[in-house]
Order: sequence, then structure tokens, then C-alpha cells
Amino acid sequence: MAATSTTVASAGPSRPAPSFVQRLRSGDQIAHLITFGAAVVVLLITAWLVFELYTNSVLSRNKFGWKFLFTSTWDPVAGEFGALPFIYGTTVTAALSLLLAIPLGVGAAIFLAELAPPRISDALTFLIELLAAVPSVIIGLLGVFVLIPILRTVEPSIRAVLGWTPLFQGPFYGVSVFSAGVVLAIMIVPFIISISREIILSVPGDQREAALALGATRWETTWDVVVPYARKGIMGSIFLALARALGETMAVTMVIGNDPKIKASLFAPGYSIAAVIANEFTEATGDLYTGALIELGLVLFGLTILINAVARLLVVSTTSQGSAR
Amino acid sequence: MTKRIVIQAALFAALATGVASAQKILINAAGATFPYPMYSKWFDEYHKKFPNLQFNYQSIGSGGGINQATQGTVDFGASDGPMNDKQLQEFRNKRGFGILHFPTVMGADVPVYNVAGVNTDLNFTPEALAGIFLGKITKWNDPELMKANPGAKLPATDIIVVHRSDGSGTTYIWTDYLSKVSKEWETKVGRGTSVNWPVGLGGKGNEGVSGQVQQTPNSIGYVELIYAVQNKMKTGKVKNLGGNFVQASLAGVTAAAASSKEMPDDFRVSITNAPGKDAYPISSFTWLLIPEKIADANKKKAIKDFLVWMLSDGQKMTEALAYAPLPKTVIAKEQKAIAKIQ
Repeated sequence: MAATSTTVASAGPSRPAPSFVQRLRSGDQIAHLITFGAAVVVLLITAWLVFELYTNSVLSRNKFGWKFLFTSTWDPVAGEFGALPFIYGTTVTAALSLLLAIPLGVGAAIFLAELAPPRISDALTFLIELLAAVPSVIIGLLGVFVLIPILRTVEPSIRAVLGWTPLFQGPFYGVSVFSAGVVLAIMIVPFIISISREIILSVPGDQREAALALGATRWETTWDVVVPYARKGIMGSIFLALARALGETMAVTMVIGNDPKIKASLFAPGYSIAAVIANEFTEATGDLYTGALIELGLVLFGLTILINAVARLLVVSTTSQGSAR
Repeated sequence: MTKRIVIQAALFAALATGVASAQKILINAAGATFPYPMYSKWFDEYHKKFPNLQFNYQSIGSGGGINQATQGTVDFGASDGPMNDKQLQEFRNKRGFGILHFPTVMGADVPVYNVAGVNTDLNFTPEALAGIFLGKITKWNDPELMKANPGAKLPATDIIVVHRSDGSGTTYIWTDYLSKVSKEWETKVGRGTSVNWPVGLGGKGNEGVSGQVQQTPNSIGYVELIYAVQNKMKTGKVKNLGGNFVQASLAGVTAAAASSKEMPDDFRVSITNAPGKDAYPISSFTWLLIPEKIADANKKKAIKDFLVWMLSDGQKMTEALAYAPLPKTVIAKEQKAIAKIQ
């Protein structure tokens, strides 16, 4: 605030243009430099990360080339490495978790921001944010000892309804891609709720009043005016949740079954990129093996960028057609 | 009270002269996680004996131990599997001299299972274990299992295999054993800290495998013996080369090392499937990896002295921590090998 007022004062017509030192003293330039520096550092860290992953995976990249992305043998003994089952597992678990978490998260956020009494809303939001702070290893343990037994009991009913699709066939061992998706959904839902709620709360009151004045019901106001207005922010919360789901390691490895095979059934065990790196990196002997694991890191990085880009394009194409913003 | 003060004073005096006469020596080491509790006990006891000497051991895993020893970022490494010829050559190329293996203690893998209605200890033949982990024996009432377990009520259910998902020495020992007893395993899968498993679910760590086995009806997995002992788990008996079904025990592991055919001079030997009536067949050494040449004279002396102590007093501490001690023949041979450190 102080910076703005001094700028306005120094921009009087009678004075000559302020020198660099003057501007520095007024704080404007300093703020500019500091924030610019922060932005550059973040970018540099990202670039450095990619550079390191790229250079350290040279052996594996040279040996397997693009084939690395499309083959599914992972045999450390024979030195054969293919990333496809891991890419598949990561994508499917993340997609499944979003499928479960988006309706739940956005629904809860709408309730907490628009419909619930403020007191209840604040208390509930606090509790939900606590859920986001639970370490992933704890969530993983709960997954193994609480969630999987529950899933075991509901599995027959899921199978009864959806068993005709190839997605829910074959034996269910408890640990599976499905369990991983559910655990991930539990982990990411607090992000969606807490950010979406803030966004919805920040929608200007006159938007609501205008809608109500036009004769809209409360729900019509919420769904047709408030939510579209907040759409960009809600999407942002979903991206953040997606990033978490793609990169989650500990909780996933505890419930996914760690079996690098591609099966259509969600009840079958699978494997994810982050999980295999965490599992095998410490004991990886030989440069090719380590290189392949590092290349997996690079693949995860690329996959995250790709999925984010696609999601962002989707948002742009939907928001450009007549949303409030 | 006065006695205590006198002792304290004496200790202080000893410390003061010790500090004055010898500077502090810090020895860095890194490697296997399996023997970490034993090593930290040893290093701690040894530090109490020689307060100016401190070991800093990072349990980063066998692969990391081999890497760091090769790079020379640690004074010595530690591994659950011996370095292979390629790794030895790599070390020699990089450093200009060789590296020595010193067995320290022994461990073993045991099969653990959860079969509905079976409360007795199950017997496993090598063929049964290889068949199950290859995915060829798929039912608990398979003839191979029925034959070894007369009287046990084995159900006609599918066997669910659980293996380690993280790279580990435990997996190395297990796959090394299966490679020895099954040609098909050796050619199709092979031995390693992580392998391309034909069947099964992966659990992270001993706790992951045992948790998965307890949670999943009709499953079988393998865990480190110490883990099974500490958690009082029901374990299977395995048929050894002598034809006996033996329950894993510290004595059985030591017997495997003792009966194992000739110990090579570099100690790089696998003792899985050892002959002998009492030998438990899925056993292994774990090794310290010590460079042949240590430039710093103080460090060299300290490491050599530590090895001597580890082979005498150190071995007496193993059983308290559920590690199997080395047999006498191996100790005698190692004592001679210490002189190779230059």
C-alpha cells in the first residue's frame, strides 16, 4: 500500500522523472527486484531439475530411446526397462481419484460456502484442512488396515452392479488400482474443498443479489451464477489436487499392489511411477538401472506437464464461451 | 558415592589424556539396512571402548553402499549381496586397487503364510516354493504341497503370492535360493535385489509383506528371519539338501555357513541351499566392503582393529539381536584376511 501512494505522489507533473536511486528508495524498484528474483529462482529450480533428470538418465535414454515409453517389461536382472505399466498406473489412479474427488469436493465446497451456517462452515473447514495435513504414510496405513477391509465387503455389490464391464472383473486381493484411486481421492479432496470454498466465498455479493433480484431461487443463484463465476478458481484447485495425485508415493505404494502389469480391471494390482522409484532406487545397482529409474522421474515430470496442459486447454475452451469472467 | 566420583575422575583423566594423545577419528560407512541394528550396536560399543574413534554408518541400502564405496565417498561400504565381477572391475578401474569382502553376521529368509484352516507349521519342498513363485503351483491342495504335508487340511483355493516391492537383500537371498533349486527360475527370473516377478503382489518392506499376508486369505510371502522372530510369526519349514524339513533358527543358519562347501579366499559366496542335515537352506552372509588400500594410517589401523574386535567380542553380541553368528572356520579365515588391508 505504501508503495502505491509514494508512486502516485512522485508522479506529479512538475517534477522530473525520478532517478533509479530515488525509485529504489521509494520501494517500488526493490519490490520489483525481489519479486522478479523469486519468480526467476522458481523457474531456475524447475529447469535445473529437468536438466539433472535428463543428464543422469543418459544411459537409459540412449539404450531404449522412445521405446522406453511403450514397452512393459521391467526386469532389473536382465536390464530390460519399459515404463508403460507405470505410466498407465499413474494415469489411471489419478483419473479415478479425480472422478471420485471432484463431485465430492466441489459439492462440499458449495455447501460450506453458500448453504451452511457460517459457524458450522468454519468448524468443518478447519477439520477438512486438518485432513490435508495428515502424513501420507498414515493415510496409507489406514488404507491397508481400514479401507481395504471395507472395500472387501463392498466389492461384491460393486461387482453385482458393474461386473459386466471389463473394469471390474477378475479376483480382488484388496490391494489394487481401485484401492489406490480411493485412497488418493481421500488425500486430494481436502485441497479441492478448501480452495474451492475460498473461491466461492470471494464471489462478489452483488452477483448473488442480482440473480436473486431477477427471481432466481437460492440454488439457481448458486449453480447458475456463483459457481460459473468461480469456475476458474475451482479448476485451479482441481489442478493442484491432480498434481498431488500424480506424484503421491507412500500411500499409493502401500495399497496398489506393486505389480507392473497392465490389466483392464481396476480390481487388479498395478504400479505407479512415483511408487516404483521410491521402492527400487535405494537398492538399484548398476548405472543402467539407476538411469532407468531417473528416466522414470523425467517421464513423470513430462506426464504431469502434459496432463496439466490438456486440462488447461479444456478450461480455456469451456470458459471462453460465455462464463461470467 | 565416593567410589563413583573416583571413577568419574579417572574417566575424565583418561579422556583428557586420550584427547591429548590422539585426535578424533571419524570413519564414514554406508550400505545395507538389514544388518544396521547390529552395526550400530557394534559401532556404539566400540566407540565406548575408544572414545576418540567414531563410526558414522548410513543405512542407505546395499546398492548405495557399493556405489559410495566405489566412488570413495565413504571409508567402507556394506552389502547384503556380494559385489559381482563387473562391480569389482569397476572399483578397480576407478580406484586402482581392489576391495575386500568381510562377512559379519548372517540372516535368513522364511516363508510366511495365511491359509484358512491350517494351524500347523507347513512343510515346503524347494520344488513347491519355486513352483508357487513361478506361478505354476496355483492351488493350496496341489499334490506337491499335499505330499509334503500329510495331515494338513489344505484348501482348494488359489495361492496368492506376496513379494517385496522395494529392492532388498531379503529378495536377493530368496531369489538366489530359488535360482539354485530351479533351473526354470534361474533362466526366467534370475537373482537380484529386485526382479521381474512372474506372479504376485508387492509389499513394501518386511512389514508390508507380512501385513499383506495377514490381510489376504490364502497368501504366501517371505520375510527376514529376524523380523519373523521379533513378531512371533508362524513360519514354514523348508526342506534342505540333507532331506530334512528344518525350521529357520539362528543355529540352523550358522550350520548352513559351516557346512557350506569351501569358503573362497574373497568370501564372495552364497550359502543358500547349503548341504548338511541341520542347515537352514535360505541363509546368507552380509558383508563389509573394505578397500584394499586405506591411505590414512590412523583410519587403516582403526578399521583393522575394529575387524579384529568384531570377529571376537563383537560376535558375542549377535544372538541378543537375533542375528546368527559366524562359524569358527569363517572367523579364522577372516582373521587372516585382515592382513590384506594395506
